[in-house]
Parts: sequence; structure tokens; C-alpha cells
Amino acid sequence: MTDPLQKPPKKNPQRRAVLPTLPPAFRSRKALAFTAAAAEGRFCLQKCNDCAKFTYPPREACPHCLSMDLSWQDIPTGGHLIAETLVRTSTNTYFRERTPWRSGTVKLDAGIAVLAHIHGDVARGGRVHMIARTDKSGKGVMMALPEQEVENMGDDKQLRELTCDPKHRRVLITDGRTEVGQTLAKTLGQAGASTVFVGQAEDWRSFAGLKNLLDIPNVEIMPLDITDTISVQNCAAEIGGKVDILINNATHIRPGGVLSRRDVVSARDEMEVNYFGLMRLMQAFGPGLRARGADGVNSACAWVNLLSVYALSNKPEFGVTYASQAAALSLAQCFRGEMAGSGVKVVNAFYGPLQDEWHQPLPPPKISAKVLAREVTAGLQQGLEDVIIGDVARDVWQRWVEDARVLEKELTQIEGM
Amino acid sequence: MSVLQELARSLTTGEVKTVDLTHTLDPDFPVMILPPEFGQCARFRVEEVSCYDDRGPGWYWRNFSCGEHTGTHFDAPIHWISGRDLPNATVDAIPSAAFVGPVCVIDCSAQAAADEDYLLTVQDVTDWEATHGEIPAGAWVLMRTDWSKKSGAEYLNMRDDGAHSPGPAPETVKFLVKTRDILGFGTETVGTDAGQGAHLAPPYPAHYILHGAGKLGLQCLANLDQLPPTGAILICPPLKIKHGSGSPLRVLALVEG
Amino acid sequence: MGRPRPKRQGYDGVVAAVPVTIPYQRFSPEPAHWWLARALGELVRGAGITPQEIDGFTVSSFTLFPDTAVGLTQHLGLSPRWLDHIPMGGASGVVALRRAARAVQAGDADIVACVAGDANHVDSFRNMLTSFSRFAQDAAYPYGSGGPNASFALMTDHYMRKYGATRADFGKIAVAQRANAQRFDGALMKKPLTLEQYMDARPISEPIHLFDCVMPCAGAEAFLVMGDEMADDLGLNSVRILSTIERHNAFADDPIQDRGGWQLDVNEFWDMADISPGDVDFLQTYDDYPVICMMQMEDLGFCAKGGSPDLVRDNDLEITGSFPHNTSGGQLSVGQAGAAGGFLGLVEALRQLTGTAEGTQVNGAAVGVVSGFGMINYDRGVCSAAAALARGHDD
Repeated sequence: MTDPLQKPPKKNPQRRAVLPTLPPAFRSRKALAFTAAAAEGRFCLQKCNDCAKFTYPPREACPHCLSMDLSWQDIPTGGHLIAETLVRTSTNTYFRERTPWRSGTVKLDAGIAVLAHIHGDVARGGRVHMIARTDKSGKGVMMALPEQEVENMGDDKQLRELTCDPKHRRVLITDGRTEVGQTLAKTLGQAGASTVFVGQAEDWRSFAGLKNLLDIPNVEIMPLDITDTISVQNCAAEIGGKVDILINNATHIRPGGVLSRRDVVSARDEMEVNYFGLMRLMQAFGPGLRARGADGVNSACAWVNLLSVYALSNKPEFGVTYASQAAALSLAQCFRGEMAGSGVKVVNAFYGPLQDEWHQPLPPPKISAKVLAREVTAGLQQGLEDVIIGDVARDVWQRWVEDARVLEKELTQIEGM
Repeated sequence: MSVLQELARSLTTGEVKTVDLTHTLDPDFPVMILPPEFGQCARFRVEEVSCYDDRGPGWYWRNFSCGEHTGTHFDAPIHWISGRDLPNATVDAIPSAAFVGPVCVIDCSAQAAADEDYLLTVQDVTDWEATHGEIPAGAWVLMRTDWSKKSGAEYLNMRDDGAHSPGPAPETVKFLVKTRDILGFGTETVGTDAGQGAHLAPPYPAHYILHGAGKLGLQCLANLDQLPPTGAILICPPLKIKHGSGSPLRVLALVEG
Repeated sequence: MGRPRPKRQGYDGVVAAVPVTIPYQRFSPEPAHWWLARALGELVRGAGITPQEIDGFTVSSFTLFPDTAVGLTQHLGLSPRWLDHIPMGGASGVVALRRAARAVQAGDADIVACVAGDANHVDSFRNMLTSFSRFAQDAAYPYGSGGPNASFALMTDHYMRKYGATRADFGKIAVAQRANAQRFDGALMKKPLTLEQYMDARPISEPIHLFDCVMPCAGAEAFLVMGDEMADDLGLNSVRILSTIERHNAFADDPIQDRGGWQLDVNEFWDMADISPGDVDFLQTYDDYPVICMMQMEDLGFCAKGGSPDLVRDNDLEITGSFPHNTSGGQLSVGQAGAAGGFLGLVEALRQLTGTAEGTQVNGAAVGVVSGFGMINYDRGVCSAAAALARGHDD
């Protein structure tokens, strides 16, 4: 039985913060494909396309038939724990600080045996459900969970290292003026966040939904305008050391491609919010999060960017906005690289068209604020780095992974031609 | 002593004082809000370039950005469609004499306190003239409402049906322009028009009628309560922007006593 | 299945001689090159030859980077016509013997020096572990970085459950080896060990506890391989090679390792030597962990698979006992000087069979078996090897 995680006591102001240390970080190129799949929460192994056998660890050729044609495929997640140990000493500082650490050998239903982290509630010799997630080094690892979900499962010390669970953590949602922001605040509060900071720009004009925010327990509204550097700095100065999860939902969306507009004025607003706003947030809040990746139960753990899936590949009907989101995505990748080693995951949540005023004339399927908030929260609880929300986004993502060049042609194809 | 020498002497003795009628340019200062489909008024923003640091060790300076109509600002006739064809209608072409001149301040602060949508009437003007004399041709007329003492949401006073703030009635603007031939009109709110100005006829009558007649506008003024009803000199030169429709500016008044 | 394999060539006319152990030190600032140089020096002095007469050379070391055997030839002034670098960890000794013996038989070399040695600085062990193998980096270290202790703990856990071995069984091996080590001058761990102390020791990676683990140290081991006539001309006591086997990556589909490559070639091992397990006077197993000693006892045919708990319980494993095992104390008591650990058992066997084992001498030792095992590339030892050896002259 996993003990429920207790709310952490107030931080002792006389003690130095524990700095992040990391599990072994280096991986071969082939192994990074496992990491890419784990970032999405997919449990994949290499399968030989000639003799159909799975193989692990990641390698260059099939050890059964020497075929070079191996590809990463989803694998059934059931298995059996056949050996285990409780590591008590380690040459690696991260594990040394966290012993005893349970690891073991799992015989997968798919037929091969793997080394994995073992959840505390897995019985000796018991059945397991395997997951692949990124660890604090940002690299993919396997963990064996009890086959059936158990109470407080997410509070297991080893599993919590792989996730960004909002429970007992403090969240900043950068834009509370929209339904998405308000719903995110509500959902994260329900997921156990101890405080939900919500940014509000331009308090000199009202917005529908302010009452929704005020009704949420543990909400604190902060002045925050991400187009104003001073505003961002002031907010970070006040709460930067207390933000464990930052969710940037501020976006500026306008319809139209390059040629359907006659100036760059709106595009500048889109870049100002979607790109420069993100950059201001990163510069102001990034250093604090980076230093606090190992700071106890409510350590800093996630930076979430909400992006249109068309940031990956442009669709002209909102093409100028999507271009600014593509810039934001590239910046997020840069940021992820710079945050490597901090233990803070940079999460990109990709969505298809939303049920908001700017997408009003588009046909379904569209994503409601409720679904968006639910999926982002679930993504954090699971520790994903790529969260794909809704049918449209899943479709576009899959096509992008398969062949981004073909996707570009599809999205820019004129109907009927 | 010449007139200007006398003025210089009066300024040093304090017989003539300057009054600053300008709001500080500040990222938090409200701007007018248009329907989202239209281009918006850029907010005032600053980006620090260096501050005695590795970006520039001995100096502090910044870049700023804003719209031509951000903060305390000047409207040129070209700003409105009714003035689009007039000569010398841009900030760089308006003769500079227009930027210094006598100013009449009409106090509607009590009425505005009682009614957020108060419209300045012709009667208000003629009542004022009964005490202070006829408004001279070529004078600036400012509508004092003490609205500048409000801040934040109260200042813009935006609700679901738009903004609610005082301004001039259409007839009043027509009177001031056609009958009195004023130089320009100014207010303490974000626009020369009332917050609900879109619903008047013509819509936004201050802009439409003033600029259609080649007249000028000032908005987001402050400290009008420090001006005498008449007798002060207004100084309001906008930035000399090529083909500018307006600009943020420093508005001063010279006041005696 | 398939054609019968032609019988392997024996080792007639080839012998091993001059067992050299450079006394180990727990930590030493000296590099591997220093330890290997000392070993080579002892070999030429022990054989009464000049370094230039060494015309074959094999090296095994984990800490020689950026050098390999090639760099050492220039470093140590050798000009061999046969050179090999054997990175097989605990199997290195037997494999070096195999390679060198064939070279001598073929006439490719006349006197082969086989050396193994490693430095041990304060961070040597951690550095070695972090760059040990691609599979370990990708698929083992991220799971607790418990190193070999964790890997063998998994094997031990599995073995205990499958075959009913107990900690006391493993303890008996460790305790007997410590008793043997009391008689070996070079052992780093001389403090007597009781079974109670073994059982009470602190856990390292359950079920592995403190006395299941070797102590990494610096040191070197070496021996010469040459023709028997050459050995006689030099007046050296020598040891004959009855048979050897070698196998890598055996039983790859076993989900977890409980048998090694010896099992595949064990019949050939005894056939070629023309002896049986009962003829053996001592057994030196590669003892990185007691469970592996048990695996070697089984896979080399001293008992059935899963039978080693009984074998251990029913025998006295000390030098004077019914089943002398790891007579100098093994790595568990002498220390593990990196790759030299793969030579430790072989060099001790050569001392036994040349009658020069001094305090650890098994009375009348005439035939011995040495087993090697090594290289946890991911989750199991990949290399295995064994040699059956006999006293040089029938006297």
C-alpha cells in the first residue's frame, strides 16, 4: 500500500535548497527513439520487420536474423516480475540520495526480459503493467506498475520522480481571462494543487469568467501581462520561487494567411504574445524553476506550453498565427535543451481547433475547455512531455511523425485540386 | 521689457507657473478597446537595452513602443475619415502656431460624477460663457470631468455594452466648431468622444465633426482642476511624425497666480 | 544436429609457467601502465630472460585508456611478433592462455607474456562503470545505477527462488574463502569472517550484502606461455594444459541468467582433458559473487543444475577440505584488481601445480580447473571460459 503523500511543511529558510542531481543521462542514438516514444507515453520496442521478433536493448541489427530493418513499435504492456533488488549504494549521486531504490527484471508478455524501475506496490513475483516515461535526465526509462491501479499509486517515491503530479504543488496559469484558463485553474485545483496562481492582464478591463476564478479555492490572481516585460519580472519577483508548474495558456489567435492580411500589425501582436511573451516568461521564471527541480515534495517539475498542433506544420487558414506558434515551439525546444539537467520537464500540449470565438465558424471536432484542461492535467499526472489533445491533433501528429513532408503537402493542398 | 522677457521673469518669480496636464506613459495605463476584428491601439511598452551592466556598462537606456494614440495624446484631422482630404491634416504639417494658445476649461465634474455617460450640452457652454465670456475663435476648449482621478477599470469603465464615460453631445461639437470656430477640443477620458459615442449621430461626433472641420483633439488629460476657467495658455506640440495621425505628447499649461 | 565437429586440437607441447602476482593495494595513484610494467618485470626476472626475448604479448586492463596493448609495446620496449588485447574481464585469464597457447603451437611466438592489471584511484570504479558498455548505458544504469552489485543481486534473487539456495549457502563460500585467504600473504582482507558476521552484514543491494562483494583495488597478475622444451631449457617449473573451452553470449534467450556458456561445451571440456570432475584437486572459480561460483560448479559438471547448494553444504571448501575452492581466498578476500581478477584464479592454479603456493598449497595438487566469467554487458555475464591444468612432469 503506498502511503499517501503528505503536504510538505514550509521550507526552512535557513537551509540551502537541494540542487538537482541526475540519473545517468547518456544514451545511444537508437536508444533516443525509446526516449521520444516515452515522451509521448508510448511503450515501444524495436521489432524486426523480417523475422517479427522484438529485441532490447536498442541496437543496430536484429540478433536473430541480422536484418538491419528494425522499427520501433508499440508493445503489449503486460509482464511478470522475475527478479528484484533494493539498491542501497550507488556511484551515481542521484540514486545515492534516493536509496533504497527498487529495480528488477521483468519478463514481458511479448517474450523478452527487461530491467525496470519497480513500483512499491508490485508483489514479489507479481504481474505488472509497464510504462515508459522520461526520467529526471529527460531520458526514457521503463517502470513496472501493479497490474491493477492501487490507491495513492502516484505517490510512490520512484513513480513521482517520473511524473509532474500537481498534487501538493503550486501552479501558475498565465492567462485567466479565457475559459481555458479558468477551467485549467479549476481542474488543477481538483487534482490536488495546493495553490493555483492565475495571471490576469489589463485589470482595467473586465472579462467574463472572473467570478469563475474567484469561486475556485486556493486561487490567487496575480497581475501578469506577458507582453509587458516589467509585468512579467514583477510577477516572477513575487512568486517565482513558489511556482512548481507553469502553464502558459496565453495565446493570440487571428484568422488569415499572409496574403489575406495587408499588414504585419496583427502578426506583431501574435508574435508579441505567442513568442516574445513566452520568451519573457522563460527568462523571468526559468531560472527559479531550474534551481528547484529537486526541492522536496513540491519541487519544480513542469513547464507546459499550450500550442496548436499546426505549430508543427502550417495550415494557411490561420497561417500567420500558426507561424508564431511554430516560433514558440522552436523556442520551447531551445528551452527544453537549456533546462536539461534541471529535473523540470518542458511539456508541449498540442491541440486541434478549440471551441472558442476564433474557431467558431469551423466544423467539429473541436476541443472544449473542459477536455483541454482534463488532458493537460492527465498529461502532468502521467509525466508526459508531448501531450496530444483531441482527434484532430492526434491525426495531425501521427501524420507528422510518419512523414512531415507529406503532411505539409496535405495541409496546403487546395480542395478539389 | 518685451512680452517674452516679461514672461521669462514671471516664470522665475512664480507669477506664471507651469501645470502638467499629462499622464505618465506607463504600461498599465488603459487604452481604448476596439472590437477584436479590428486593429487595436498598441499599448505602451518598454524593453531595457542596458542598465549599467554587461549590456552597456556606463549607461541606462531603453526602447519603447506604443501607438500614435496611446496615453495622453493628440489627434490630427487626418485621424478621422471626415478629415482625410484636408490640407495640412497630419501632425508634421499642422502649423506650429496651433500648439500654443488660449484655453477654456468647462467644468462638468459634478455632472460626470452623477452620470458616467454625461454629455456636454450647448446649454453648458452658453452657461459657462455667461460667466467667463464668449469662447474666442482659435481657442482650445477642454471638458473637465475629473475623470483623470480614476484609475484602472474605473477609468475605462468597460462593460458588456461598451465603455461608459462622459463626452460632448453632437450638437455641442457642431456649435463649438461652426459657431465658435475653436481650434481644438480635449477631454480627460481615452477619447474626445463619450464612451457610448458609437451610438450617437453621427457616431463618434467629436472625432467626426472636429476633424472633418480640420480641428484638433486632445485626450487622457489630467489636472484640469488646476486650471482657471479661462486665461491659461495651453502648450501641446505632438511629435513631428511623418504623416502622423497623432502622437503621445507632453501637455502643459501656463497659469498665472 | 549438422555435421559432427572435428575433434579440437589438444595442447601438447605447450605449457604455462612463472605465475606472478604484484601485491594489491586498495588505492594507488599509479596508473595501470605501472602495474603492468611491474608484472612484466617479474615475469622476465622469474624466467631469467631479457624483455627482448618476449615475442608474444597479451594485455587485459580496464584502466589503460587511452592506450591498448599497442601503446604498451612502445611504452615497455617490446617488439613482439604476436600481440593481442583481451577485454573479457573475468574470462581474460583463460582466454589469454588459449590465445597464447595456439600462437606458440603454430610457431607464431616462442615466449608469450600474458599480463593483466588495473589502477584504482578514488574515482576509478565510478568512471569505469559509467562507460562500461552501450547496453549498460542505455538499459541498465538508468535503473538505480547499482552497478554489478545490483545486476548480480537480481541473479541471486532469481537463483535463490528457483533453486532454494539460502544466504547461508553463499555465506559458506565466502567464509571458506576468507579462511583460505588467511594463508595468502597478498590478500587485502585478512580479518577472519564467521558465518554470523556474513549474515549480519549490511545490505548492499538486497539480497546481496557486504561480504558478497569484492573490494576493487589496484594490482596485476601475469604468466608466461611457451613450448615445454623452452620451459625445460630455461629450467622452469611448468604446467600442462589438458583442455580449455570458451563461449560468449550463450543462452541469449534466457530471461535471466542462471547458466553460462560452459554448459554448452562441458562435455568437450572433460573429453579433451580425458578426466572427470572427481579427478580434480582444486577448483578456482571466478568469484565476483558467490552465486556465480555456484553457477560455475554446476555448469562445469561438478553437480547438476541447481545442485550446488547441496554441494556446498556437503563439502568443506577450504584448502584442506573435501573440495578446495578458491584456495588463495578468491577476489572476495584477496581483492579485485580490475581485469587482473580474471587472472587471479589461473595464476593461483599455476602456483598450486608448480608446488609454489606456499601457505595455500593443496597437498599433492596435480590437476586443477580454472573457470572464468565476465563482462556484464547489460544484464548477464557474456564471457565464459575454463581450463583444466595439470602438473608439468609426471614425477
